[in-house]
Amino acid sequence: MFAVVKGTSYVLVHAPDATIHNGSTQTMERATNPNSEYLKKLKSHLRKYEDVVAYPPNQVYIGNKSPEDLLGIDKPWYQNGIPGADRYGSMGEVMPQDEFYGLMKISDAFDLVKLEKGFAASVKKKLSSHRLLGESIAGRLGEGVDLSEIEGLVENHHAEGMYMDGNLVGCVKRAHDRDINLSAHVMFENLMTKASGILALINLFQLNNIDPGSVEYVIECSEEACGDMNQRGGGNFAKAIAEIAGCVNATGSDTRGFCAAPTHALIEAAALVKAGVYKNVAVVAGGATAKLGMNGKDHVAKGLPVLEDVLGGFAVLIGENDGKNPVLRTDLVGFHTVGTGSSPQAVITSLVITPLEKGGLKITDVDKYSVEMQNPEITVPAGAGDVPTANYKMIGALGVKRNELKREELGEFTKNHGMPGFAPTQGHIPSGVPFLGHCRDMMEKGQIQRAMIVGKGSLFLGRMTNLFDGVSIVMEKNSGEVTDETGVSEEKIKAMIAQSLKEFAAQLLSE
Amino acid sequence: MDLENQQRVKDAAEKHGAENIIVILGAAEAESAGLAAETVTAGDPTYAGPLAGVQLGLSVYHAVEPEIKNAVDADVYDEQIGMMEMVLDVDAIAQEMASIRSQYSKY
Repeated sequence: MFAVVKGTSYVLVHAPDATIHNGSTQTMERATNPNSEYLKKLKSHLRKYEDVVAYPPNQVYIGNKSPEDLLGIDKPWYQNGIPGADRYGSMGEVMPQDEFYGLMKISDAFDLVKLEKGFAASVKKKLSSHRLLGESIAGRLGEGVDLSEIEGLVENHHAEGMYMDGNLVGCVKRAHDRDINLSAHVMFENLMTKASGILALINLFQLNNIDPGSVEYVIECSEEACGDMNQRGGGNFAKAIAEIAGCVNATGSDTRGFCAAPTHALIEAAALVKAGVYKNVAVVAGGATAKLGMNGKDHVAKGLPVLEDVLGGFAVLIGENDGKNPVLRTDLVGFHTVGTGSSPQAVITSLVITPLEKGGLKITDVDKYSVEMQNPEITVPAGAGDVPTANYKMIGALGVKRNELKREELGEFTKNHGMPGFAPTQGHIPSGVPFLGHCRDMMEKGQIQRAMIVGKGSLFLGRMTNLFDGVSIVMEKNSGEVTDETGVSEEKIKAMIAQSLKEFAAQLLSE
Repeated sequence: MDLENQQRVKDAAEKHGAENIIVILGAAEAESAGLAAETVTAGDPTYAGPLAGVQLGLSVYHAVEPEIKNAVDADVYDEQIGMMEMVLDVDAIAQEMASIRSQYSKY
């Protein structure tokens, strides 16, 4: 019995000050070229919260618009915000920076986050009126401390400052005086990941009417590492996030695999549920602070706003087949092996063709492919091209080579079996998973029958191997038939009973 | 071109002689291919890496250019590059590469 996708959530966190102070492009620039033109111009290229909410790709990410809607919106999208756009979406939300700092404080189990009194009070008020969090969670925020204490920690004790419009409003303290893995910089990044993961999980539960207590296992699949000097990357973000989100009956673990990790996690979750090990598994990831403003230099040089100003997060609940939600076909999985090779052709064959062949399917039998769904408006000015479109062209070209598609049909294939990219360039966030929620909607409405979720990762970045990586899985509309390999469906049992009754009645009549 | 690759190219040119090195690029866009080609010929245009101000003038081609295609076994080329040849804007890439070579390549 295949596992199903019971619910999804997608969150964004507007983080303009963290972009300036904590994005790695900016921290590197400050270290090597502190008086650069880029750093001087950066602030004037940052967007207001309202513009971030109205930004069409962000509205798609949180579920208020469909990916197809982007085709009808003129580019540049940053100049064509959606009027009256809501921060809350059917699948998540865009949280402003001040509320998120509050959530970081609430997420902090070691009293590392210090917020200034006045700021803490104003955030508590805002969080109390949040549609999901409410007073019970906001109440955990505490009173805050004097600004002088925060200033002292930042100036004399290596704390990482938290800023609002350039003003110091809080800090994250270092968790050890010597251990670089517990430095304020690392703790800041890890708490950002943890808090955005928590926000995603809370949205998942509340928007889908899921009892947090029903979750038995949580897999966290971001790209950060938590641990001290003796076990850098020891974990366990999953359990830390589960704790704050109220998953009292769950344990969990972290899965890593660069950008491919969410799809690895999805397959693992589906397999664990199918095997009957756990009934409900949540897959969750928070955002990557280091990637804020990653391509900022190109954006500023080309006169664009710095579009990488949000953290991304998502959560998915995988559960037992309920006859309704879309199934994850763990028998139709693609994986890039050590021996596959790294040419794009070998990669696409292993990830797309292999799973299709297992199911006797053609490339055109998949209605929608969800690949690396990076928003092209972010990547094109940085010279990285339109990543989803390039992927669709590659899949289509392979279809041509396999005689499943005519060469002149390539353009149509890209349009019909693909979609515009809409996810922030947060590494693991764009990789396959942003479409899960829309896919579930489209299958429920009968618009599509089958999709493929593809995750890819560039492992060379960790300098342990030059190998590429990726995995993929087919997702299908639920047929409604809840079958077990060892048993029979409910419908079949009903049919068998009806048949027996007919035979019995016929026997009575003949007597 | 990232800083580490710049260093690798520089080291290779020093070890084997610039006249004995050919750089083969695989960038997906004409613009990024051009920037990488410029880096290994005229020097790093961003002035950030080891090749900043270093004019190696290396011979540089993109994998989809005819010069490379003709030098490779046709079956191997089709297996490894055939799909990407269909996907990439080969003409734009070839034009950009030829432009950089004519300006800066010494070999």
